[in-house]
Amino acid sequence: MLASLMQGSQIDFIQQLVDTMPHITVTDERKVANVQPAEQQYAAVQLSNSAITEQRRGIKLPYVVMSSIEAWLPGSVTPSVKTTAMINHRGGRFAVTLTGIDPRLEVQVSKLGSQMRKGQVSDLSKASNGVILGEALAQKIGVETGSSILLAGGDAIQITATVVGIFRSGIRQIDESQIYSGINVAQVFVGQTGLVNQLRLRLHDPLIAHEIAAQIEAQTGYKTVSWQEANSDLLSAFAVRSFIMLTVMGAMLLVSSFATYNIISTITYEKRQDIAIMKSLGMKEHRVRTIFIIEAAILGAVGIIFGWGLGFALCNAMSQITIFNPLRGNTVPLQMYYSVMQYIISGLVSIGCCAVAAYFPARKATRVHPVEIIRGAS
Amino acid sequence: MTAVVLQTVGLVRRIEGVVSHTLVNGIDLSVHKGEFLAITGPSGSGKSSLLYLLGLLDAPTEGEVNICGRSTSNISESERAQLRLTKCGFVFQFHFLLPEFTALENVLLPMRELGRLGAGEMRTKALALLSSLGLAEQAHKRPHQLSGGQRQRVALARALANDPEIIVADEPTGNLDTASTEQVFSLLREIADNGRTVVVVTHDPMLAARADRRIHIVDGKIAEAIVLSDQKPIATAVPAERIIST
Repeated sequence: MLASLMQGSQIDFIQQLVDTMPHITVTDERKVANVQPAEQQYAAVQLSNSAITEQRRGIKLPYVVMSSIEAWLPGSVTPSVKTTAMINHRGGRFAVTLTGIDPRLEVQVSKLGSQMRKGQVSDLSKASNGVILGEALAQKIGVETGSSILLAGGDAIQITATVVGIFRSGIRQIDESQIYSGINVAQVFVGQTGLVNQLRLRLHDPLIAHEIAAQIEAQTGYKTVSWQEANSDLLSAFAVRSFIMLTVMGAMLLVSSFATYNIISTITYEKRQDIAIMKSLGMKEHRVRTIFIIEAAILGAVGIIFGWGLGFALCNAMSQITIFNPLRGNTVPLQMYYSVMQYIISGLVSIGCCAVAAYFPARKATRVHPVEIIRGAS
Repeated sequence: MTAVVLQTVGLVRRIEGVVSHTLVNGIDLSVHKGEFLAITGPSGSGKSSLLYLLGLLDAPTEGEVNICGRSTSNISESERAQLRLTKCGFVFQFHFLLPEFTALENVLLPMRELGRLGAGEMRTKALALLSSLGLAEQAHKRPHQLSGGQRQRVALARALANDPEIIVADEPTGNLDTASTEQVFSLLREIADNGRTVVVVTHDPMLAARADRRIHIVDGKIAEAIVLSDQKPIATAVPAERIIST
């Protein structure tokens, strides 16, 4: 039940996370400094602080790169321009990330379409200089759809943009600092027409993003970031959480093992005389011991069946409880994750614990010398 | 001359502790095939302890027990159990049947443990044993549904289950009425006459008198040995059979 709850919320969260962001982002940054010819030639050469010749920003021939990736990619890809901008509004200045997107392709890659609270993604192409803001940002600076804001860029470029939509991703950091515009607006803002400095990819199976990202990086030489990499801190938090859950479950199993130990101790004590009889008849110690271990396993099996029923019922009951979900902005039922594997694993582990917990009292009891008991009884 | 089935040499059983206590103190004894040996003695004389040693339930502190010519010192607990299973049958004062099992299942228990016969054969044999002891109708009853005499006969059937060479009985009639006592004792007598060795501990001098030989134990030593049956020449030939005055 515990596992169901924990996994349920975790899977739900990751689902939201995965849906919110592109699975893989390809950017024009390079992960390592360019290798200098001298370094290639001589092993002893080490250059540092080498002057970097100005390179044209962006991904070279973005549409060629895109189609070469698309040829084998199990998913879709969209070009975008990412830059930083300042919003000047009512005397306040807010640093934001401006992403120029292709409204038609964007919906294939991100969930932006379904995250829209007001307006639509396609409105970007209708209005000139249209932008879409996060809900939190819109509230902070006090704008609505139809309001005009002033965007300032790094190269003293200023454009006046119209808010055409408001989205809510559920992740506050994104809602506060991410704005979208049409790709051509962003290109003008950056001052370089035709620039594409980011490719965003969505895969059919988000779990292989890591491998695909490595493959794209090898193919194009551009830096790729998979969603796992981008959220490694969150994922490691989940790993810690799983570990805590396992520890708690381990402690619970330990407690129940003690209970089994107790039960089998009592049973074997009650059956001391029978143990003595069986041993005096010539039954070997391990055979007598096996009887009690089997008994414990049967007890365990019955317990598991009841436990499964109870666990399932509790999971059902828990899923009736609703809590506020910041990702969706409303109250939703607790997410439970049902899996046959959980039941199988918990069953096997419990049986194992039962058998181990039974072994010790059984061993102790069957070691008893039959004469001592027969003498005591007669 | 019949073979020696059970032989003890200088058998001593001592319980070590704060106050050491000697239960059996140097017993030399030979029991022949088909002999009916009665062990008598006052309470606390060590006769039961001697019986447990003879039946390999207990290990001696000194000396040794030879069963069917085989030495049993320095054998492991599981080898000892195996010998008990195949060579010895036990009958106790309290029937010691497993209460959850029927008479038949109780008799089957040692056979199953030995695993020499198939399931069907075991059943046939157990039923035959029970009916030879007059218990055919009680085969599917549980111990608590049986009378004391019947229980003891089931215990006897269980002792005979694996065709042991030796039947060891510790006051098998201690809790029985006269009729049942007579019944059980005649059965034991019969078993001995059929060539198995029977060793019985008893309080009852009348019953002891029906054995081939009677040894009287006092303070863990043989105080008196009386040969009752001269039909079997073995009695006088036993070297260990000497009278030790206390």
